[in-house]
Amino acid sequence: MEFLIALSVGVLSGCGVYLALRSSTFPVVVGLTLLSYAVNVFLFSMGRPKVGAPAVLDAAAETYADPLPQALVLTAIVIAFAMTAFVIVLALKARDELGTDHVDGAGETQISNSKEAKAS
Amino acid sequence: MTIWMILPVLLPLVGGLLQLMVRRYGLPTQRVLGLALAGGLLIASIKTLMVAQSGETYVYYLGNWPAPFGIILALDRLSALMTLLTAVLALAALAYATVTRVDEKGAHFHILLQLQLFGLNGAFLTGDVFNLFVFFEVMLLASYGLILHGSGAKRTRAGLHYVVINLVGSTLFLFAVGTLYGTLGTLNIADMAQKVAAAPAERSGLIAAAGLLLLIVFGIKAAMFPLYLWLPRAYANTSAPVAAFFAIMTKVGVYAIVRVHGTVFGEHAGDLAWLHMPWLLAGGLITLVLAALGVMAARGLREQVAYLVLASVATLLVAVGLNRPEALAAGLYYLLHSTLLAAAFFLLADMITRERGNASDSFETIVRIQNEKWLGAGFFVAAVAIAGLPPLSGFLGKIMILDTALEHPWRWGILASVLTASLLILVSLTRAGSFLFFRPQAIESEEGAQIDAPPPVRGLWIVGSLLAAAPLLALFAGSVTAYANETVAQLQQVPLYIEAVMQNQNTWENK
Repeated sequence: MEFLIALSVGVLSGCGVYLALRSSTFPVVVGLTLLSYAVNVFLFSMGRPKVGAPAVLDAAAETYADPLPQALVLTAIVIAFAMTAFVIVLALKARDELGTDHVDGAGETQISNSKEAKAS
Repeated sequence: MTIWMILPVLLPLVGGLLQLMVRRYGLPTQRVLGLALAGGLLIASIKTLMVAQSGETYVYYLGNWPAPFGIILALDRLSALMTLLTAVLALAALAYATVTRVDEKGAHFHILLQLQLFGLNGAFLTGDVFNLFVFFEVMLLASYGLILHGSGAKRTRAGLHYVVINLVGSTLFLFAVGTLYGTLGTLNIADMAQKVAAAPAERSGLIAAAGLLLLIVFGIKAAMFPLYLWLPRAYANTSAPVAAFFAIMTKVGVYAIVRVHGTVFGEHAGDLAWLHMPWLLAGGLITLVLAALGVMAARGLREQVAYLVLASVATLLVAVGLNRPEALAAGLYYLLHSTLLAAAFFLLADMITRERGNASDSFETIVRIQNEKWLGAGFFVAAVAIAGLPPLSGFLGKIMILDTALEHPWRWGILASVLTASLLILVSLTRAGSFLFFRPQAIESEEGAQIDAPPPVRGLWIVGSLLAAAPLLALFAGSVTAYANETVAQLQQVPLYIEAVMQNQNTWENK
């Protein structure tokens, strides 16, 4: 169980970092998404997950599941979701305005060239 | 009393929602409402500062949950100072945006500005690391919208970099927060400080790793070497009021370092005490030198000002990294000076750019500008203050920082880099000023490009009132440094902060 969680966090963040370093916007967006998945699993495991433990409701219970990481993960998921939506729209806007999906817009000269090409 | 401290957070949130609702009545209504809200925020911030002046740490328990479990807002002199600075900048940026009609270049300017204020003030007032994350995200989301406000391919490209690097920063923030929660079992800053002091030795490596990861995150916000590359392009290509307002954004990173690292990894932290200081000092010095080179190499005025912002935040990092109370107090004075002056300089650069028409702000084409007397005078004041020449505030701030640096083991390195950077900045600003204002005299006959935007004279008043900060800060340097010293004295007393935050735990248990 521990090994599985550690492995999934590691693989997810490894893939996320690799993709985030790519030069076109779409892989970068996917990379950021993978990174946020990795961090969600990581946050969850930081509360030391227990199997079959109740929530903090029953004062008589001997052990209970830590509620804080769940709240953190929930917040993180919502924020990451909003951010992903935003980055996708921004990437589309950049693709539209820069004429390429390269994250650097492939340099200013090429932008003006492509505009000239369009004009002609 | 504590009701005052939640106002700087609540007012912009409600204001942002109101702005959304009055959107259908058009921009004039939004402008009036925005200015009224910014004015109200300024009043609330002044009142907050007066409350904090007593030297106590005020704590607001949201939902009245006891301290380490519930969410708290904590107000002390530092938070109050930052809130006031934010309110002043917001008012100036909003007024300038209204005067120059920048806000009509895209939708939602006023709403985003209010939400950004909500995020900023929340970050300054929160006493909890996870809430700091949430407020950072609110602030960043609004800033993404603002930095892309208007349009243009360059702005989109710079904005894309800004967004991506900050998203990576948010992920790192969560990793750091997760590790800290896993090792310490709490995210309340005061409680964390207690737990770090009591942490077993075998955990200290993990805690140190998380603390330094957090330093990377704040370093991205503060644009510390090697994480500053997003800043010059993003700031140089966005609209002027946004760039001016964003002068506070880098300071949020510095504030977070002082607040979180200063409290959690302060002198009570045992082996982990001050683990971030060497990194800060080295990062600050390298950033400073690179920023000065950037100022020299800039091809346009706005790019140059963006590098000046970088240089000022680097000086601040050096001041914090010196790890002496006097240096931190000098740093706070410098923070006030550099934020206000950088904002003024961005607005001034925009006015000059507008007058230069098609030549924009480039240092390649010579254009004769109207209004050159006032703009030139403004440029002169801003340049003297930013470069750190006497008699204005930049000089006082720098000399106070260097004065404390003399006792530091790295003093020669610090002196050499700060003074070299100042010299380079001075030379570049002299060159820029003579290019913009003196060279056109020589080619009087050649009338420059046509001016398409009417010279917004009212903008000069806003720039002027921000620039007035330089002589005012120099005149009232005594009282400002006294406040800064009191602030630092309060920051030093971590046990009092912990006590103030934890006090309602007992009352809860008695219920």
